[in-house]
Amino acid sequence: MDMMPKWAEVTLVPLISLVLAAILSALVILAIGEDPVEAVNLMVTGALGSTYGWGYTLYYATNFLFTGLAVSVAFHAGLFNIGGEGQAMLGGLGVALACLLIPWPHWTLALLGAAGAAALFGAAWAAIPAFLQAKRGSHIVITTIMFNFIGAAVLNYVLVNLMRPPGSMDPATARFPEATHLPTLHDILLPLGINFSKSAPANVTFLIALLACVLVWFLLWRTWLGYEIRSYGKSEPGAKYAGISPVAITMIAMLISGALAGLMAINNVMGEAERLVLNAVEGAGFIGIAVALMGRSHPFGVLLAAILFGFLYQGGAELALWTSIPRELIVVIQALVILFTGALDNMVRMPLERLFLMLRRGRA
Amino acid sequence: MGEQAPAIELKGISKAFGPVQANKDISIRVMPGTIHGIIGENGAGKSTLMSILYGFYKADKGEIFISGQKTEIPDSQAAIAAGIGMVFQHFKLVENFTVLENIILGAEDGGLLTPSLAKARKTLLELEHEYGLNVDPDAVIEELGVGMQQRVEILKALYRQADILILDEPTGVLTPAEADQLFRILDRLREEGKTIILITHKLREIMEATDTVSVMRRGEMTATVKTADTSPAELAELMVGRKVLLRVDKTSAQPGDVVLDIKDLRVVDDKGVERIKGIDLQVRAGEIVGIAGVAGNGQSELLEVLGGYADATGEVRVNGQPLELSGKRSDGRARRARGIAHVPEDRQREGLIMDFSAWENTAFGYHRDPDYQSGVLLNNTAIRADTEEKMGRFDVRPPNPALAAKNFSGGNQQKIVLAREIERNPDLLLVGQPTRGVDIGAIEFIHQQIVALRDKGKAVLLVSVELEEILALSDRVAVMFDGHIMGERLSAETDEKELGLLMAGVNA
Repeated sequence: MDMMPKWAEVTLVPLISLVLAAILSALVILAIGEDPVEAVNLMVTGALGSTYGWGYTLYYATNFLFTGLAVSVAFHAGLFNIGGEGQAMLGGLGVALACLLIPWPHWTLALLGAAGAAALFGAAWAAIPAFLQAKRGSHIVITTIMFNFIGAAVLNYVLVNLMRPPGSMDPATARFPEATHLPTLHDILLPLGINFSKSAPANVTFLIALLACVLVWFLLWRTWLGYEIRSYGKSEPGAKYAGISPVAITMIAMLISGALAGLMAINNVMGEAERLVLNAVEGAGFIGIAVALMGRSHPFGVLLAAILFGFLYQGGAELALWTSIPRELIVVIQALVILFTGALDNMVRMPLERLFLMLRRGRA
Repeated sequence: MGEQAPAIELKGISKAFGPVQANKDISIRVMPGTIHGIIGENGAGKSTLMSILYGFYKADKGEIFISGQKTEIPDSQAAIAAGIGMVFQHFKLVENFTVLENIILGAEDGGLLTPSLAKARKTLLELEHEYGLNVDPDAVIEELGVGMQQRVEILKALYRQADILILDEPTGVLTPAEADQLFRILDRLREEGKTIILITHKLREIMEATDTVSVMRRGEMTATVKTADTSPAELAELMVGRKVLLRVDKTSAQPGDVVLDIKDLRVVDDKGVERIKGIDLQVRAGEIVGIAGVAGNGQSELLEVLGGYADATGEVRVNGQPLELSGKRSDGRARRARGIAHVPEDRQREGLIMDFSAWENTAFGYHRDPDYQSGVLLNNTAIRADTEEKMGRFDVRPPNPALAAKNFSGGNQQKIVLAREIERNPDLLLVGQPTRGVDIGAIEFIHQQIVALRDKGKAVLLVSVELEEILALSDRVAVMFDGHIMGERLSAETDEKELGLLMAGVNA
């Protein structure tokens, strides 16, 4: 006896939340004396009106896809991985080491190698909090947050003291060699006769992110491992009864989660910057939490949410560029979206449920 | 009792939760100075009705009269003011407070504690004397037994000058002896002119303790009769809506070889408390051994050890082969591989994942079975087909494998678990509380299935806090008290009284 049909739950709830967030944002824009219609117009054309805009939107979306999937997998195991930021940072270190230390003959091999290193470093960074949770009961929320700070400090040290090219004033690694440069969407789409913007950073990693989406779906709903992860996430006593080891599942789910977050680095570090800089993650690890919440931890929901947030990021940047709406306001708009779609979910859900109930009773 | 106004009269009470009509046009008259039983299956609407009376819910329709006066009860304060006291199934006591502190909690008078405590002590002692309810006012709650804690709850209500006491499933946690004591207390309260409403699903208690009984079924009051004029069979029929077999139909057991052999089993829990203190027990093929005991005397731990999710020391053999009692080889999967199936005590916490569909739950614990795999993937089609078959054989309603477990009734949830475990044709079936929260109609079916497994020559270890169920189902009964087995009896040669004494730790 579900309160409302499934389609309404997955479409209406997030849509209405989004509309509410948009209305509030419009009011805020009005309040500072700007025109909200003009603002929306700017955001849409800026983010979706050209292949250049799309190139940025998809680039951001790729980041959020990886971190969103990372948070989702952990969520399904009942674990709240807030450490996506740190895991992606360490993933970046893995990418940098793989690209700089190994003379790759071709970008495809470099991509495989760098992706492996990114996943490994990300997973390793998630492994310690996971172990502490599984064996010692230290709360994963606390430890993963702490590991974000430790990760930032480690990266700072490594960049300043170890990997900075001699003589450089910039806490960043040297540029990666030519053979590791990934094809952009421009390079991929040109043979198909599509002239995608050359200067946009979206690259082949987007396709890998899509593949990751499908693989995560398969893992969670089609394999016994995914079944065990979801069972453990729903009920720990149940999992024990069924012979599912809480320690093993906590470790495995967090390793997968960390690996996914780490994989983000092939997009931003290898695909875009082509070197490792400080703060390369730029908060994408945290946005991943919002993306997972909004996408209801389902890979395809996460995909849609990631694209939405990619749009907000790119549109927001355009807005800051062309209007006097300050950059901070963009953050406010993004926060409103997170607030409505994530935290205030029930505010929309409850009246909707009542509405459907009334409709059903009216029919009965 | 003549033309007295009823202590409580409800007229046309209706209450709906969404599409569920929990109470439909219920009218009832409870005469003062009587014990009035309300009996019905889980979900029949008893608790909703009492929650309306106690001000937790507001009725959609209907009126409440207390001693002939129409009364509005918007919250529990109003209920207390109207002289209604409630003793909940789960006590609402502060564990580390004394009896006296708990009694005045929420009924302190004045800002200073000391004078109100002194005053309360006097009143409390008077009450204890008046009703013969002896409790030490300075005892700390957590050091008292459940029976005593229940007395504190009753005293709490009396302290608030309740004339009408509602007791919700009061004997759930009591030994038979403690339950008898409770009924004596209720008798005394009745003599002193109090009115008591006793909510229960146990027919025996209704027959023993009440003057009048009302039966509820699916939100409706189906009958109100004088207890003296009715019989358990008639009440059961009124509860379920059809004739029910109250006794389990079974032939005598044909015990074969020893399947489960436990020697000197000891279990220490996370807090370092020894929960099972060295027990020996055997279960043979073709017999049902029941473990009787008040909840919390080590039965749950026994099931957990045998089911593979608690560590233990000692020696356990199944079919002559030793069973690992700790470490990796002792998990639920290893147990299933050894032919041990387990219907856990708490199906909603352990036996099922409530958000999973019926078919996902049918694979639960067996999800790594080759039958359910195709390559690295789960063979969802095979699991669904298997579920559909099992649902048919066990008459699960609705027979929809895609429906989430939480949307089935208690009885149907239990059937899903039972089908999963029994259809594996295990050598040893562990069953905990097989009919807790299950409607009478399904109880009959579940009992038949367990007996059928026994008749196929399998061993069954049954744990239940319902003594009636233990006696009806088991061939042999072992009683656990404080981590020990107090004694074993053949069920044909014992009765509730003898077992009740053993359950209380008295070795006759």
